[in-house]
Amino acid sequence: MKPNVFKRHLKDSWKSLRRNGWMSVAAVSAVTVTLLLVGIFMALLMNVSRISTQVENDVRVRVYVDRGTKKAEETKLEKQIKALPNVKTVKYRSAKTELDTIVGSYGSQWKMFSGDKNPLNNVFLVDTKDPKATIKVAKQAQKLKHVSEASYGGSTAKKLFKTVDTIQRWGIGFTILLLFVAVFLISNTIRITILSRADEIGVMRLVGATNSYIRWPFLLEGAWTGLLGSLIPMLVVDIGYGLVYANAGLTTAANGYSLFPTMPFLFWLDVALAAIGIIIGALGSVVSMRRFLKI
Amino acid sequence: MIQMKNVMMKYDNGVVAMKDLNLEVDPGEFVYVIGPSGAGKSTFIKMLYHELTPSEGDIVINNYDFKTMKPSEVPYMRRLIGIVFQDFKLLPRLTVYENVAYAMQVIETPDKDIRPRVLEVLKLVGLEQKLRRFPSELSGGEQQRVSIARAIVNKPKVVIADEPTGNLDPETAEGIMSILERVHDNGTTIIMATHNQQMVDEHTHRVLEIAGGRLVRDEKEGSYDSEA
Repeated sequence: MKPNVFKRHLKDSWKSLRRNGWMSVAAVSAVTVTLLLVGIFMALLMNVSRISTQVENDVRVRVYVDRGTKKAEETKLEKQIKALPNVKTVKYRSAKTELDTIVGSYGSQWKMFSGDKNPLNNVFLVDTKDPKATIKVAKQAQKLKHVSEASYGGSTAKKLFKTVDTIQRWGIGFTILLLFVAVFLISNTIRITILSRADEIGVMRLVGATNSYIRWPFLLEGAWTGLLGSLIPMLVVDIGYGLVYANAGLTTAANGYSLFPTMPFLFWLDVALAAIGIIIGALGSVVSMRRFLKI
Repeated sequence: MIQMKNVMMKYDNGVVAMKDLNLEVDPGEFVYVIGPSGAGKSTFIKMLYHELTPSEGDIVINNYDFKTMKPSEVPYMRRLIGIVFQDFKLLPRLTVYENVAYAMQVIETPDKDIRPRVLEVLKLVGLEQKLRRFPSELSGGEQQRVSIARAIVNKPKVVIADEPTGNLDPETAEGIMSILERVHDNGTTIIMATHNQQMVDEHTHRVLEIAGGRLVRDEKEGSYDSEA
């Protein structure tokens, strides 16, 4: 297509959008409502997914060493643990350090267990490459010599993994469903605006317009509708997320978890909303007008 | 220019709207198509601009053979034809100027050539003062003049007019007729379906009379009523 023809289509589509008045407002509103839902849900889902992954990564294997194990044997054990598949890091914590942590968290009365009275074991803290491998690593570590116990949080960790899986699976499913609803709602609204202009398309054909020439202004008008419809959702999501991040950010940070920082997260979310609006708007137009383009 | 050979048109519901139609129209002719309502005039006109495809037979317009023409060629064939409707069929969201310019934009005419030609034809139909009006702001006669301007702006070889004066008072109708005569004088073939007896009798041209889906009269310099 010649550049001046494309420029003409662009100009005409914008003009037509303005002249269609309330019909355009209705179509833009439909896009706005849908994209608002999509935007809020995307921000929510991505953050839930992020925190779930952070929580999941926190799950680690604690390998308790038999009391009375010699230093050399401990070093050997550490090497053996490191050699297990899926093991990322191994950190040693002596029984004394373990007790100090308890004293720090629960109070000085625990100091009575200091020295020889310390009932705790020396521990290897094992992080795995894949959080899902935690259980397997724990089971393998349990079998090694001088290991008193290898724990991974047991059923709690299993439950956590299952919950995270469920959240992610349902989240993806729900997003797809929401996008499907968006396509349906937007293309239906655009279909109504095009139906009201069936005569116009008829006249275009009769003056010798090719199908692609007729399609372009409608496609662009759909894209404008999508783009305009994404502006309010962008604004609401940007402001809303900014507020949530400012307020909830501190709480989550204290727990060692964090939401996506506003930049560049909001930038990409805005780009995604605009892109979804434009693509769905343009596709909705093209699909809706197909039946009018029979020769 | 236009050839119709053994054309038959049968609708999906089984009604035969046109049969055994054979005729030729030479370049530069002015042809009236007359007949009572339901005789098949509109079917005849619609077949000419390929809105309806004949069930049998063949139509050829200026080397475009409808039987062998590809769907993608239809828009290009239509560019040889200017169409004027009884109900004008103007685009309500475009101004007078834009409605006429649109027909030129569609065939990707360079912008610089559009404005002078549109102004020229709007002057020809006497609407050069109403360029920025929307169709809803014009009278019926004015709307029909815009419709004619749109039909002739690309200098088509044929202008097909389907009852162009059907909705107009006699004086306005006469104005429209004189514009069509002027277009004809410039060498354009005109095919005009009409009910307007006075018009046919006063501006004598070739008359095709259709009745019951058949061509029952083809008379050069004919009148509305059969002489026989």
